[in-house]
Amino acid sequence: MSAQFVQYLLTGLTVGAIYALVALGFSIIFNASHVINFAQGEFVMIGGMATVSLSAAGLPYLLAIPLAIVAAALVGLALEKFAVEPARGASVVTLIIITIGASIFLRGLAMVIWDKRFHALKPFTGDTPIPIGGATILPQSLWVLGVTLAIVLALTWFFGRTLLGKAMLATSHNRLAAQLVGINVRMVLFVSFGLSAALGAVAGILIAPITTTSYDVGVMLGLKGFAAAILGGLGSGVGAVVGGLVLGIAETMSAGYLSSAYKDAIAFVIILVVLFFLPSGLFGKRGGERV
Amino acid sequence: MQSRPILVGLASPRTGGMLALAGVIALLPLFLSNKYFYDIVVLVGLNAIVCVGLNLLIGYAGQISLGHAGFFGAGAYGSAILASRFGWPPIAAMLATTLAVALLAYLVGRPILRLKGHYLAMATLGMGIIVFMVITTEDAYTGGPDGIAVVPFSIGGYVLQGERVWYWVVGALLLLAVWLAQNLIDSPAGRALRALHSSEVGAEVVGINAAKHKVMVFVISAVFASVAGSLAAHYSGFITPGKATFLHSIELVTMVVFGGMASTFGAVVGAAVLTTLPQLLAVFEDYEMMVFGAVMMGTMIFLPRGVVPSIARLFQARSKQQIGDKESGA
Repeated sequence: MSAQFVQYLLTGLTVGAIYALVALGFSIIFNASHVINFAQGEFVMIGGMATVSLSAAGLPYLLAIPLAIVAAALVGLALEKFAVEPARGASVVTLIIITIGASIFLRGLAMVIWDKRFHALKPFTGDTPIPIGGATILPQSLWVLGVTLAIVLALTWFFGRTLLGKAMLATSHNRLAAQLVGINVRMVLFVSFGLSAALGAVAGILIAPITTTSYDVGVMLGLKGFAAAILGGLGSGVGAVVGGLVLGIAETMSAGYLSSAYKDAIAFVIILVVLFFLPSGLFGKRGGERV
Repeated sequence: MQSRPILVGLASPRTGGMLALAGVIALLPLFLSNKYFYDIVVLVGLNAIVCVGLNLLIGYAGQISLGHAGFFGAGAYGSAILASRFGWPPIAAMLATTLAVALLAYLVGRPILRLKGHYLAMATLGMGIIVFMVITTEDAYTGGPDGIAVVPFSIGGYVLQGERVWYWVVGALLLLAVWLAQNLIDSPAGRALRALHSSEVGAEVVGINAAKHKVMVFVISAVFASVAGSLAAHYSGFITPGKATFLHSIELVTMVVFGGMASTFGAVVGAAVLTTLPQLLAVFEDYEMMVFGAVMMGTMIFLPRGVVPSIARLFQARSKQQIGDKESGA
């Protein structure tokens, strides 16, 4: 393996971990409600931007980061309560427009609260690159990979071991049956938006020291996260993580070896090719239509 | 007695709607006092042509597309490049571009229209973004993010210039688009589309080739978007990648859903409202984006079926009530 290849791989994994976190957010909401939340990218933006202004106000990261995550989660809960809940039973297109409307609204709000400029966040622990196998990795990349791994483990525990997690899983399998055994389905829906928003915010905070953040950073991150979720198969947790990492690595590799001009297009080319052959993604549920 | 069936025919929603639209187009210039208003109405007309086509796909066939701005942009840039850089006659450039976009839609549509729901949304979204990125990156031909100047449209030496001339051209084409759409809807193919909207397996069981019909309507809607794109490029004399963005795709879908799905005139109304809205919202300055997002959310939450079907239902309910009153009175 050449040093260059290792370098691209490390960068790809870092970017991919962020896509994976965003994709997990898409999957959690999809499982609870069959809604694709196109405002997912805005939670990423809110997380990054809120941390920037809280730490600029003098708060240490240990306080600023949890506050920013809570702020994003509250926005997620509000979105569910005031935009998704009242439109329950509406068609897929209608719900897509509602969440896109919400994302435009949140972006406009961010523009008014903050500004249109790019903001840099200080890395959590220094910015001296660490050499690995001829390549280097930023300490912040280690934070991205470590925190993503911790979140995946925590989510595995949450969905496998806790009552609320199991209730959410049951709802995703069969909403009506879950309701019949006494699961508060509306509560599950509510919690899923808060949880997804928090995940998105974490992704936004982790990546902000590497790529900087601004009011419209959520558009592309949201769409790539959606692509990752679809690539893995909607609703599959493993799929979201694998989809995110695959997209991140493919994107960095092709930017490095082929053309950096089309870097942002790669994710969508991959998704089209994969969907041509696997119409429900890599790990998606396969099934026939019932009449 | 001979005239009676004609009168009944005129009163049918379809012919009546066509006449009403023609009437609006004929009378509207009386209220357009300056060029600025003409300009907005021409843009409304061009968007309406796209929406009438997109409505066939979304409203009737039940297939979502989040990438139609890609077809609009491909049409605009195809015409612009062939006519302005290679000196083709605009009409030939437009025809060649339309054929190329139809072929593109056919080639992309065949594999992706097998997909359902969110997967189809993703695939069309991806296609639109790829077209957008090609437009912004291949700047040797497209001028990149700065855009490209486009020669005026001309047919055999006659140059189409000025908002007033364009108004009548776009108005006539919109009527043609609506007429074509209405005819398609009432044809066996239109009934097949509605059948596969409610159940694809069910439609196949009664002998409808679902794949063929879906691809057909996808290509038709792409052609409508491409023609509108070509005209928009020639009309404004300048085109930027902004017309091919994901956001513009979303605006087009919102126009269709806002006006009312499976209602051709709804698509026209939706295009009219959502094209003029940003002009009105300009007074909010910094808050423009917030208000636009809030309007999008609000209308979809409170009028999930769209404006025209909701109003139509209101009238139906009232006329039923009147009939009921008469019956109980008699």
